[in-house]
Amino acid sequence: MPHFTKPPEGSWTEHYGLGTGPISYEDSISPAHYELERDAIFRRTWLNVGRVEQLPRKGAYFTRELDAARASVVVVRGTDDEVRAFYNICRHRGNKLVWNDFPAEETSGACRQFTCKYHGWRYNLAGECTFVQQEDEFFDLDKADYGLVPVRTDVWEGFIFVNLDPDAPPLHEYMGELGAGLAGYPFHEMTQVHRYRSEVRSNWKLYIDAFTEFYHAPVLHAKQAVAAESRKLQSVGYEALAYKVDGPHGMVSSWGGMSPPKDLNMVKPIERVLHSGLFGPWDAPDIGLDELPPGLNPARHPAWGLDSFLFFPNFMVLIWKTNWVLTYHYWPTSYNTHIFEGTCYFVPPRTARERLAQEMAVVTFKEYGLQDSNTLEATQTMLESRVVTEFPLNDQEILLRLLHKAAHDYVDEYQGHKPEAPVRVSAAS
Amino acid sequence: MASFPSDFADLEPFAGWALPTEKARYAKRLSSTMDELQGFYDAAFPRMEAAATYLEQFDMDALPDDAERLLWLYCSLVTVSFPVEVWRQPRVPDSGSCSLDAVAEPAV
Repeated sequence: MPHFTKPPEGSWTEHYGLGTGPISYEDSISPAHYELERDAIFRRTWLNVGRVEQLPRKGAYFTRELDAARASVVVVRGTDDEVRAFYNICRHRGNKLVWNDFPAEETSGACRQFTCKYHGWRYNLAGECTFVQQEDEFFDLDKADYGLVPVRTDVWEGFIFVNLDPDAPPLHEYMGELGAGLAGYPFHEMTQVHRYRSEVRSNWKLYIDAFTEFYHAPVLHAKQAVAAESRKLQSVGYEALAYKVDGPHGMVSSWGGMSPPKDLNMVKPIERVLHSGLFGPWDAPDIGLDELPPGLNPARHPAWGLDSFLFFPNFMVLIWKTNWVLTYHYWPTSYNTHIFEGTCYFVPPRTARERLAQEMAVVTFKEYGLQDSNTLEATQTMLESRVVTEFPLNDQEILLRLLHKAAHDYVDEYQGHKPEAPVRVSAAS
Repeated sequence: MASFPSDFADLEPFAGWALPTEKARYAKRLSSTMDELQGFYDAAFPRMEAAATYLEQFDMDALPDDAERLLWLYCSLVTVSFPVEVWRQPRVPDSGSCSLDAVAEPAV
């Protein structure tokens, strides 16, 4: 018997027409398929590269290495306060324009103009070429023809996105109903940032799989709760309050019984002192929100604790009841490696006690993340053995079906096929 | 010179844990024995509520140096609480060669 109401079809998976058969993981272990994904997905969808707070003033910039999209971009706030992005390449002879020490590493800073390290060509913050060294030596060269190559850039709720496809639909349309449902959430209040990065030896989709289902939590993370509570969690298992699917994007809405816990004996000693843990600080700071945006806690359930959104392909936003936010990004570097970024955003602490409560939430996230990452390497290597090729997914794993179907659909469309109805996730396809 | 406010002079033997970054705190955890971690926890945990209450009197942007070091010490206790309260070993079990490194964190 479900603890929380499911749709009339009897399951979330059938409600959203995602098929119920076992799925193939060939899309996560095939180098050839990954090459298709790079062009079909990462060069054609909106990719979140940062937040506006990372560009606090005119001339502030950061670079992003989009290995999967075969691109490096520089994102900058112009003298007119517009956020723009450009391919990070000098128009003279193709040197990478903005980098420090190691060309492959991302960098950030502030400047009045960009100057190429190689021959000193300069570009202003709007990308116009303003200086060519020994211009007279060139032949009929007009600087106006040699501006930086722009990349489509747009901002959703303070999150900066780029899209390498000039023909892609606009960002706000792409973000769909799930994006619209978060409009007005005060992300800008949460400027206290802790960011973590990991090089993970698995396909990018496997980590998203791990973080879009909570079915694993009572088992893999069993030891993170006190023993009696852990046994209880495992015997009850996990059920979400609700799932939503819109286009390639999905979300899971979850209860959050630990923030604060019903009984202090449910949590570890340090959590009892700091009033914080996996679900974040128990005391929610004021963020000026009288009512949740319609996209949050869609079931309007009193036990609500967090909502986790996957914006295809590689951007997740977790919004917690106690007014803090986590984002995850997954940047592929090959068919079986990727870079994971996890970022915690809090309202700046007023006191050191609040700072300690935030540290507790951040460190707990890291401990869980370390458990998750290593499981992924173990999964990747065994999937590659192809000993087993079909895998059953339950109803609480619906967002995995969605992710793999969406990724397949983009590849199919890129190859000129119409996506098959209803899904391309069955092992037989 | 005392590292911490005078009320917390008893924590002086653990001043080496007053580290300003999570990366450094985690590295010290991994290079410590369980006896060392347990010793730090046993001394600092009973004083945590008192420390948090003491720290509450200051605004974050006006923390005296000794209070800031006390904050860092207790950030280390957060890091050390996992081996002591949960794992019974310095590393996260089954975390093998994985790492998850802080690339941005608040200055204090």
